[in-house]
Amino acid sequence: MTTRIPDAGMLNARPFNVRLFNAGTLPLVATLAIFALAYAVCVVQFPAMLSTRVAANLLTDNAFLGIVAVGMTFVILSGGIDLSVGSVIAFTGVLLAVLIGRAGVHPLVAFALALAVATAGGAVMGAMIHHLEMPPFIVTLAGMFLARGMAFVLTTDSLPVEHAFYATLQQLYWRLPGGGRLTLIAGVMVAVTVAGIILAHRTRFGANVYALGGNRTSAALMGVPVGATTIAVYALSGFTAGLAGIVFSLYTSAGYPLAAVGVELDAIAAVVIGGTLLTGGAGFVAGTFVGVLMQGLIQTYIVFDGTLSSWWTKIVIGALLFGFIVQQRALVWLSARRPSAGSAT
Amino acid sequence: MVPMKRLAPLAVACACMVTAAHAADMTVGFSQIGSESGWRAAETSVTRSEAAKRGITLKFADAQQKQENQIKAIRSFVAQGVDAILLAPVVATGWESVLKEAREAEIPVVLLDRTIDADKSLYLTAVTSDTVHEGRVAGEWLAGTVGDKPCRVVELQGTVGSSPAINRKKGFDEIVAKHDNITVVRSQTGDFTRTKGKEVMESFLKAEDGGRSICALYAHNDDMAVGAIQAIKEAGLKPGSDILVVSIDAVPDIFMAMANGEANATVELTPNMAGPAFEALVAFKETGKEPPKWIQTESRLYTRDDDPRRVYEEKKGMGY
Repeated sequence: MTTRIPDAGMLNARPFNVRLFNAGTLPLVATLAIFALAYAVCVVQFPAMLSTRVAANLLTDNAFLGIVAVGMTFVILSGGIDLSVGSVIAFTGVLLAVLIGRAGVHPLVAFALALAVATAGGAVMGAMIHHLEMPPFIVTLAGMFLARGMAFVLTTDSLPVEHAFYATLQQLYWRLPGGGRLTLIAGVMVAVTVAGIILAHRTRFGANVYALGGNRTSAALMGVPVGATTIAVYALSGFTAGLAGIVFSLYTSAGYPLAAVGVELDAIAAVVIGGTLLTGGAGFVAGTFVGVLMQGLIQTYIVFDGTLSSWWTKIVIGALLFGFIVQQRALVWLSARRPSAGSAT
Repeated sequence: MVPMKRLAPLAVACACMVTAAHAADMTVGFSQIGSESGWRAAETSVTRSEAAKRGITLKFADAQQKQENQIKAIRSFVAQGVDAILLAPVVATGWESVLKEAREAEIPVVLLDRTIDADKSLYLTAVTSDTVHEGRVAGEWLAGTVGDKPCRVVELQGTVGSSPAINRKKGFDEIVAKHDNITVVRSQTGDFTRTKGKEVMESFLKAEDGGRSICALYAHNDDMAVGAIQAIKEAGLKPGSDILVVSIDAVPDIFMAMANGEANATVELTPNMAGPAFEALVAFKETGKEPPKWIQTESRLYTRDDDPRRVYEEKKGMGY
C-alpha cells in the first residue's frame, strides 16, 4: 500500500507529519495481518468458510455498514463524529417504503429524493457544527434523535416494499464459481469504497479533510476552506448514510423504524479498527473496509460455531478497539517525542 | 400457486436422495430473535434440549432483536450447508430473497412461533400457537367454573395493537358472547407488564366498589395477573376465591400463585415449538412427506388440580 502525503504545504505546518504518516501505515498493516490471521483460524476450524459463498456473503451482509463506514471515515479524518447515521438509514428505509408503497413513486425517483434529503440533512448538521461552533457529538446526537423520531412518525410497523423494479434489483447478482453470489448491493459497497479511496487520497477535498483533522487552526492559516470542508464532510456522511439506507431497504425489502439501531457505533468501530486515528488527520478508507469485514467475519464464525453467544461479537470488537486505541496512542506519543528528542541533543 | 407446483417434483426428488438420512446425523440452524422475555429464553433452552433428545446438532444464532442479524445467520447456515433451518422471525416482512437462497440450496425452513408475509412456498411449515384459541380456552374455563351465576369480569389487555392482545381478547369475547351471565365490565391495557397490571387493577378495584362487585379477572398474560393479584391482596380481598384469576402464558410465577391459592387457571403458550418442528423435519427428510403449512401447538389449560408446585419446579429450570 502506497501512501500519498496529502499536500506539500502541510508538511511545513506540521514538522512531524511525515513520521506520523509513516507510522500511520502501521495500524493498517496490523489490521490486515489480524484479519488474515483470523480468517486462517476460521478456515482451519471450518473449512467451509473458505468458499466464495462465505466471501460474497461477507460483502452482501455488511454492504450497508461498509457504505456508511466510508462516510464515517471522512468525518473522523476531519476530527469529527457522526452519530446520526444509523437513524438516517432507518429513516431512509421508511421513507422509501412510504414513497414507493403508499405514494406509488418509482423507486429511482424515490432513491433520488431519499439521497437528497439525507445529504441535505448532513449538510445542515455540518453548517451548525461550523457556524454555531457546536461539538459534532451534540449536533449529530440531535440529528440521530430527529431521524429516528421522524421514521416512527411515518410508521411504527415494518412496511414491506413491493415493486417489480425493486424485486429485479434484489435478484441481480453475479454467480461466482463455487455458488457464491456477488449481489448488486455488494457491488455498490465495493464501488463506494473505491470512490472513497480516490476521494481521500487523490483529490483536493481529501487533502483538505486530512489537513482539517490534523490541526484546524493551521489548516485555516494554510487557506483550507474550513467551513465549506466541514459542511461537505457531513453532507458526504449524510449521503453515504442515505445510500446505506437504500441498500438496507433492498437488503430487507422493507422499511422499519427500529432498523439499524447502533449501526453508527459499528461504523465508528470499523473505522478505528481500520487504523484511522480517532482524533483525526490520519487513516485510510481501505482500512475501514477491512474493519467492516472483520466484524462480519466474527459474526460468521459465531454462526458457524453455533454454540457461542452472539454477544461474543461485541466482546471481540471491544477487545480489538482497546488494542487499536492503545496502539494509536503509542504511535502518536512516539512520533511526537522523536523530533523533540532530536532537537535536545 | 405456480411456484409450489413447480417445486413439488423437485422436493420429491431431493427427498428420495436423502431417504437414508436420519435425525441422528441432522444439523439444524436456529435463528432466534433474542432473549427479550422469559418465554423466549425458555423457548431457546427447550429447543436445545429437544434437539439433544433427538441427536440433532443445533447451531444457535441469537439475533439480538435485529433482522439484519437474522438474515446474516440464515446466509451463513446456507453457506455451511445445514440440513434445515428454524427461524423465529423478528418482523413479518423482508424475508423473500434470503429464503429464496435457502430454497435454491434445498434447505427446508421452518418458522417458529411467528409467521411472515411471504409466499408460502418459501417455507416448509410454521409452528405457532393460535392466540385466538388461547383466549377461547380461558373463556371456556371461566364459563365452566361460574356456571349460571352472574359474573362481572375485568380484563387486563396486552400492549395496544399487538397481535396477541387483539387475538386473546377476540377469543375470550367469543365465549363471553355465548353466556349471558358473564359480562366484561372493564377492559384496559396493562402493557403485558407486572407493574402496569398492578396499577390498572388498583383503578379497577376503586371503580368497582372496592372490588366487591368483581367476580373474575382475565389477564392477557401471567405477568399482569401476578401484578393484579398483589393489588387485590392490598385491597383486602382474596385473589383466587373472592376474585377468580385466569390468565395466559403459563410462566413459573403463576404456578407459584396457584399453589398458594391466589390464581385459578392459566393457558399455556408452550415454549416447545421446536419439538413439533423437528418431528415434521425428520418425517420430511425420511419419507418426503410435506407437513401442513401450519402446525398448531397445544394450548393446554392448567388449573390448581394439576399440581402447580410440581409444574413450578419443572418450569423453573427452563430458563424463564
